[in-house]
Amino acid sequence: MKARISLLLGSLSAALIAFALASPRVVAADKVDPVADAKAFQNFFFQKFPTVKHEDFVNGPYSVNEDMKRQWKEKEEFPPYEFALDAGKEMFSTPFKNGKTYADCFPNGGIGIRQDYPYFDTREGKVVTLELALNRCREANGEAPYSYVKDEMASLTAYMAFTSRGKPMNIKIPDDPRALEAFENGKRYFYSRRGQMNFSCASCHVQSPGERIRAETLAPALGILNAMPIYRSEWAGMGTTSRRFVTCNSQTRAVPLEPQADEYRDVEYFLSYVANGLPISGPGARP
Amino acid sequence: MLRDHALTAFSHKSAPLLALALLAGFAASPAGAQSAVAEGQKLAFDRGKGNCLTCHVIKGGDLPGTIGPELKDIKARFPDRNELVAILFDETRRNPQTMMPPFGRNRILTDKEISAIVDFLQTL
Ligand code: HEC
Ligand code: HEC
Repeated sequence: MKARISLLLGSLSAALIAFALASPRVVAADKVDPVADAKAFQNFFFQKFPTVKHEDFVNGPYSVNEDMKRQWKEKEEFPPYEFALDAGKEMFSTPFKNGKTYADCFPNGGIGIRQDYPYFDTREGKVVTLELALNRCREANGEAPYSYVKDEMASLTAYMAFTSRGKPMNIKIPDDPRALEAFENGKRYFYSRRGQMNFSCASCHVQSPGERIRAETLAPALGILNAMPIYRSEWAGMGTTSRRFVTCNSQTRAVPLEPQADEYRDVEYFLSYVANGLPISGPGARP
Repeated sequence: MLRDHALTAFSHKSAPLLALALLAGFAASPAGAQSAVAEGQKLAFDRGKGNCLTCHVIKGGDLPGTIGPELKDIKARFPDRNELVAILFDETRRNPQTMMPPFGRNRILTDKEISAIVDFLQTL
């Protein structure tokens, strides 16, 4: 209910975008210009954190906090996502009941392709995320879909991210007005305030990256999906992009959407596109 | 919810005294003022209510965040308590981009709860 109210605050979120991107062009944009948006978005973070190497932004809160970075480097010696990685690799190579495998559903047998997701499907007219594509693959082969938020889905995406580590994010916006609309929609969702607390995603991940909210250091929005899925001690396990979106909404008393709802798919499209060029680093480990 | 808070906050007091304090208004009697301060602190620290520590360092509170300024020397910096009430009610009026939630406007806190927190802030 409140989410709708916050959408009405159009001028307010426009002001926030202006603040966030420090680019008057973005506010004036009656024409959607993703290339300019991505450039302004990246420059905002590069200027805010001049000492952070550009490719380091893919390491979530660690990129902007030296103490945490040290702890993280130690952690990476025995990464807590290893069990998920092993499980994912095993699942990926085990045939379905009909004898086919995940490899049959994806370009290049599913190896080294994480950087191409999500993509805009011009036949369907919608954004297709990796999680969605995995469940569609299962269903097309007569298997039940997995929960989007953890366990098997996190293991599979962990393995697919791992085989793509270091590859630059490579999201395309095809020449289709619906693709531009999806991008714009995702951007609007990201900057709109919602819920009783009146936060937007940008309040935390654009306005306050590196700051602590209670004991948690906020990750910068630039490259924020490159490390997905992540292990979190707080979850005592792995979580997918879907899990993180739902958690961020509900922890701030906003009504979360269903995993893989159109708007979440659009937000993922927006956030991934503006991270183009930054390397895949998933799976990640978080405190 | 509000009623729960009132009950827990005053459970150590005898019922007649509570009634008296309520009748007299919080600020009017010294006992009332003191309990409003205690109640205000409780509301400010409560994760389900003010949860001010999420963003502000406040004397006596654990695990503060760093998003807002430390809340100190309040009386010197905000001599007019109405200004504090306004900040708590809806800080987006002063600063449209603020991260601080509009506690009053969005009914996270009642007017009375905001008043108690302001009493507490003035002791910082
Ligand atoms: C009031 C604060 C707040 C809001 C609003 C918020 N988040 Fe978060 N977000 C957090 C915290 C805290 C974490 C965990 C620490 C971290 O990694 O940033 C987090 C983590 C994340 C992560 C994982 C980052 C990583 O590397 O571990 C993603 C992705 C994310 N948020 C996306 C979103 C999106 C999309 C929205 C809006 C729908 C949103 N957040 C809204 C506080 C917030
Ligand atoms: C999510 C973050 C957040 C929360 C929660 C929050 N604040 Fe704030 N607060 C801020 C920020 C940021 C400012 C800085 C001014 C601005 O942004 O307009 C601020 C400013 C203030 C000020 C003005 C201080 C000054 O020196 O100018 C007061 C007083 C204040 N907050 C009190 C509170 C109280 C009391 C609570 C809890 C009931 C609270 N805040 C909760 C973020 C927050």
